[in-house]
This record gives sequence, C-alpha cells and structure tokens, in this order.
Amino acid sequence: MQHTLEEFIRALRAADVRVSPAEAIDAARAITVTGYGDRELFKDALCVSLAKSPDEVERFDATFETFFARDALAMPPPDDGGRPDDSADDTPQSDAAAEGSALAQMLLAGDAAGLAQAMEQAAQRAGVAEIRLSTQRSRMTRRLLDEMGLAEIEQIIAAARRQAEGRALAERLDARRKALVAEAQAYVERQHSLYAAGSARSLREEMLAKKALNADGGIDPVDLAMMQALVKRMAKRLADRYSRRRHIANKGHLDVRKTLRKSMAHGGVPFEIEWKIKKIDKPSIVAICDVSKSVAAAAQFLLTFLYSLNEVVERLDAFAFSGRMISVNEILDENGVEGAILKVLQTIGFQQTDYGRALQDFSEQYLDRLDRHTTVIILGDGRSNFAEPRLDLMKQIHDRSRAVIWLNPEPESYWSQGDSVMHRYERFCHVAKPCNTLAQLERIVEDVLRTYVPH
Amino acid sequence: MTISTTATRPPATSPLASVDALIAGLGSVGYIASRRIATALYMAVNLQKPILVEGSAGVGKTELALSTAKLLNLPLIRMQCYEGLDESKALYEWKYGKQLLYTQILKDRMGETLADAATMDAAMDRLHGMGDLFFSEPFLEPRPLMKALKEDGGCVLLIDEIDKSDEAFEAFLLEVLSAYQVSIPELGVVVAKTPPFVFLTSNNVRDLGDALKRRCLHLHIPLPEPALEERIVATRVPDIEATLTKQLVAFVQTLRTLDLRKAPSISETVDWARALILLHADSLDPAMVRDTLNVILKFEQDIQAVEPQIVELLARR
Repeated sequence: MQHTLEEFIRALRAADVRVSPAEAIDAARAITVTGYGDRELFKDALCVSLAKSPDEVERFDATFETFFARDALAMPPPDDGGRPDDSADDTPQSDAAAEGSALAQMLLAGDAAGLAQAMEQAAQRAGVAEIRLSTQRSRMTRRLLDEMGLAEIEQIIAAARRQAEGRALAERLDARRKALVAEAQAYVERQHSLYAAGSARSLREEMLAKKALNADGGIDPVDLAMMQALVKRMAKRLADRYSRRRHIANKGHLDVRKTLRKSMAHGGVPFEIEWKIKKIDKPSIVAICDVSKSVAAAAQFLLTFLYSLNEVVERLDAFAFSGRMISVNEILDENGVEGAILKVLQTIGFQQTDYGRALQDFSEQYLDRLDRHTTVIILGDGRSNFAEPRLDLMKQIHDRSRAVIWLNPEPESYWSQGDSVMHRYERFCHVAKPCNTLAQLERIVEDVLRTYVPH
Repeated sequence: MTISTTATRPPATSPLASVDALIAGLGSVGYIASRRIATALYMAVNLQKPILVEGSAGVGKTELALSTAKLLNLPLIRMQCYEGLDESKALYEWKYGKQLLYTQILKDRMGETLADAATMDAAMDRLHGMGDLFFSEPFLEPRPLMKALKEDGGCVLLIDEIDKSDEAFEAFLLEVLSAYQVSIPELGVVVAKTPPFVFLTSNNVRDLGDALKRRCLHLHIPLPEPALEERIVATRVPDIEATLTKQLVAFVQTLRTLDLRKAPSISETVDWARALILLHADSLDPAMVRDTLNVILKFEQDIQAVEPQIVELLARR
C-alpha cells in the first residue's frame, strides 16, 4: 500500500497539488490512524493532510476519484455452466489447451477481480505510471498487455484455430481478449489523465512565457486567461515583498538595555527613557503605461501587468498615455481586468504617441507624487513620432524619484531605430530592460525590482 | 515544563474516539459538522497538528473552535490577529516598570553586599554569585500564545484571522505550531506540557506561506447544502417552525446564486431566523423580507439590487 500512496502523491503533484515530503509522511501517518476500511474517511483524512487550498481540494477530489476508480472489468460472463451438454466432450480438451496460461484461465472464468489485480501488477512492471505524453498511450497499452501475457493467449488462440474442435474455444478466447485490450486501453487512458495532463499544461505555460507578446496578432484569446493568471502571480509575489515591512511602525517599546546604559550617568536612576524605534519606510510606485498605436500589440500585456500591480500594491499611482497623460487609478479600481483594459484603451488608447507632451502633463500635474521613496516604472517603447522628447522633464523625474525603471516591449536591437529615442531616455533610467515575454517580466520582477524597489 | 512525547489515545467512550462520535459530540454542543469537518478534527487530535480553517466570513470557522472547546471542556484562549501584531502582544512582554524598580532595589542592596569584600576580584565573584533575576519568569507577562503553552491541562488555542497578520509574524508562529514550544532569548525554550488544540482561521485576504500551510491540516468550510443549513438553523434557533426554516433557507440559497458583493453566509441565515422569530413571523412574505433584508445583506448596493426582485425570488423556489 506504501507504493500505492506514493503513486497517488505523484498523481497529485502532476495535478498541481503541491505535496512536500513532510506532507507525504503526514498522509501516511493519517492512514495508520484511519485504516483503509472506510473509503470516505480515508479520502477525507488524505484530503486534510495533503490539499492546502480550496483549489487544491477540488483537484484532490478529482484525482482521488480517477486514481482509485476501480470499476470491475467488463468481461463477458463465464459461459461454461451455460453451455449445452453435447459439447461436454470437447471441453476438457479445449480447456486443457488453455491450462498453461493463468491469464487464459482467468479470461475463460470471467474472473474480473483476478484480472484487475493482474493488470495492476503488470502496470507496475511495465511502468505505465511513467507515461508523459499522449503519443505514448498506444505503446504503453501494448507493453501492459505484454506484461500480462497476451502473447500466450494469442498463441493459444492460434493453436486452437488450427484444430477443428478448438474453434469454439478460440472464438470465446478471442472475444475476451478484445475485452481485455479495451480495458487495458481504458487503464492507460486513466493513467495518462492522472500523470500526463498536468505536465502538458505546464508545458503550455512555459511556451506562453517565452512567446513574444507583441508578436503579430497579440495574444491568443485562449491564452489570455492563462497569461492573466501568470501576470497576477508575478504581481502578487512583488507585493508579498512589499507587505513585509510596510506595517512595521514606530512602537512604544522600552529599550531596557539602552535605558539602563543611559541611567549609569545618573547613578542608576532611569532619567532618560529610551524607546525602541524602527524606521518607517513608505515605498510607493508610480507606473506610467504607454498605450499608443506603436505599442498596440503589447498594450494589453502592459496593462495587464499594470492592473495586477494595482491590485496588490497599496500605494500605486497608475497613469496611461498616448498623446496626453491621464491617471487611470479609478478605472483600474472599479473594473474587472478585461473591462479596465478596454476602458483605458477606449479613453486614450491608440492615438499618436507624444512622449514630450505626456511627460509635460505628468510634471505639471503629478510631479508632487514623486519623492525619494518613489519608484517610477515606465512601460513603453520610447517611440515619440519625432516630437521633442523633453529630456529635461525626464531628468527632473529621474532626480526626484528613488529609481526609474523602463520596461520596453521592443528588443534592445530596435532601440533608437527610426523614431525611437529610447537610448536618449535610457540615460535617465536606473534600469532599462526589454520586456516582451512573461519570462522576461518574471526575471525583472525577481531581480531588478528587488534591487530597486525599496522594501 | 516538559513535553509529553507520547500521544495518549482517547478512551473509546470519549467524543474523540471516532469521527461519528465527534459529529455526535459537536452536535450536542450545537455545532452541526459535516463529515469532512469532523474528519479534520479527528485527524488533528490524532496527529497533534493544528488545523487551518478557511472559508468565507460567517460559515462557522470561529464557532468550530468554540464548540470544540466546549465539547472537550477545555479553556479557550483566543488571539485575534491584525496588521502589526508582533510577539510582544502575542507571546510575552517584560514587565518594564517592575524591572526598573528591581534595578533600583538592586543598586541599594548591592552597596551593602559588596561593601565588605576585600578585593575587587572578591567583589566580582560575589556579584556573579548573585542570582540574575532581571530577565526571569516573575518579570514575564504572558500573552495568549504563552498562556496556551503554559496550560498544563491542555486548551484550545484559536488564532483568528491569521491572514491579517504580516509575514514576519507568520514565520514566528512556525515554531509554536510544529513543536509546541517557543524560544525566549533571555530564558531559553518554553515547551508545552500538553500540546494545545490549535485552530487557525483565514479569510484568504492574503496567501499564507507554504511553510505555515505545510504544518497544518487544511480544512475549507464551504457554504452549506440546503439540508445541512436547515439543520443548523433548527439547532441554533430551536423555537422556529419547520416550514419557516425551509422557506428562509431556500430564499437564502437563492440569494447566493445572485451576483452579490457579499453573499449571506450561515451566521446571517441564523441571525435572520432569530429576527423573524422576534417579529413573530410564521412564513415569509415580501413585505417582511423587505423590512428585514438588512439582516442578511450587508451592502447597500446588494440591498438595492435584491429589493425589486423579492417577489420573484420568493416565487422561484
């Protein structure tokens, strides 16, 4: 049973339920308490020790039902008893032909339980649980049947067919062989859905992470939900880092050691009371997102990131611009992710870019948002339609804020080609990175923001 | 304080003997538990692990801990978490005032004691010989966690809304939850004689860390099925008529299918049942529902959304 539990845990991991070794030990301990008698109790006991969130409970339930689905194999009923007596003379002989093979015996007797057991054992030997790809299914089925001894059956059938009196046996055995093959296929199918379906999804996520998001046609609508989930996970990770020190404030705690030390000067009378003081660092982010025509393909991705950031970071000022710049905090707060993106794009999206104009709007209206705790994140391609880039304003932003981070959806080789003034802006950025795939974004969130975003 | 390493199995007659006994036991103290809840509790007892209870507000997370304490006849120690909660409020605090007084007394006494020491070395030896009481248990002010560890007969420790606390505090809880002990730098390790039953509740405001989740059994309490909810209402509000219970549970269940900011949960249903009893209602009519809607819906927008449809919703079931 130890082995079965291990297999089950592997199936859970494949279904994206994270099970650590310690949890596996807990599960084993839980089972020693409950035993295997009561299926519901067994299931609930495993559930409370292995699944750790409502999502995981759902996936646990599904995996449990598939994994422990042991329907009786659909075998034709044994027909020995039902046969008329006149054929009795050939029975001993034909069954004698099948005698050499335990499998043939079980098939003829319609012993579903025995067959199921034999299939389990064969599956273990054949390593069916190692299945990874859907293309492996037919090969796995063949291997499973070989392990069960199908070759013997086929020999017996062939041998029986050659003799006139063995025909009946051959027919019967052949029908059962077909049933067995169907069962083996179903078994492998189940194993595939247990172990391989999850890896297919993670493969898909990996592909998506590497896909350039400003590629032609933008993001496939099918992938959109997955992308939003991925981006949200990243933003949440960023925010987790934030929440760590945000709440630690000045506490009215006596610092006994310091107080005693100070009191020495007054003969041990604690005149001056020393308090434990912790510095409060109030970080904030100002995010500015370009949604003009030139970044149209990537705008959705950039806005998704902006939206997720707004959800998880408390002190975030979000702005969007093409020609003019507006604050989009309200739009992001009040709408769902798709609605918000659509609304931002409707309000100011897809117009002529004018970085100079946008920066001017920013410095006229919102420059007071910047102080030495502020990190400015600019999402845009730096293509200014040959308008005055207003580097003086960019310098001003750079001087006032703690860090300026520019994430550009174009690869670095395109910077300063055509109307791009990226390299000129770059001088006033602490970091400027290309960011057009989820994988790049992830790395930026991990590395760059950790260094530059104050905790 | 020592740790009891051997977990003693409860005797067969106790409510902890089996899952069914637990369900019955919880029922006797007024908590209608589903099988999964009872199993989680049973496993927690047998594996000596904390339970992390998740679910939306008002599904009975806190109530489960209260009922368990009542069932086992153990004291309940409750710690409400909030942003900025730290160990001095959760675990222990030094009694600063007394410590300062102590230094005063010490100074006076010290002169007397050391006056007759012949040499400096002798004085130092004598000084080392004196007990250092400055950081010692008499000056310790125990807070909920410490109190729970010090209950020698065991207790139920409820750490409410753990998701409201910050990550640092979560990390600090790990030692308490896995080994039932805490380290106090000045004193050493305090170990519980009888490990407390620990319940942590979470509304999922923030994702909890994996380390914390790993140390706990996980229990998610969903909104109940109609039949279960009817039983809960009947238990909590014994005076209510069966037909009214059926009607109001059906109405609440319909409300939950709507797109509301906060769908009513069990506690709202029970409150509503109580309100209706006070108003001597014996069946639901639209006027009555309209007047008492604010008991089950907690947002003005929700009330405005539901109000025009009351008649239709009542007819739907």
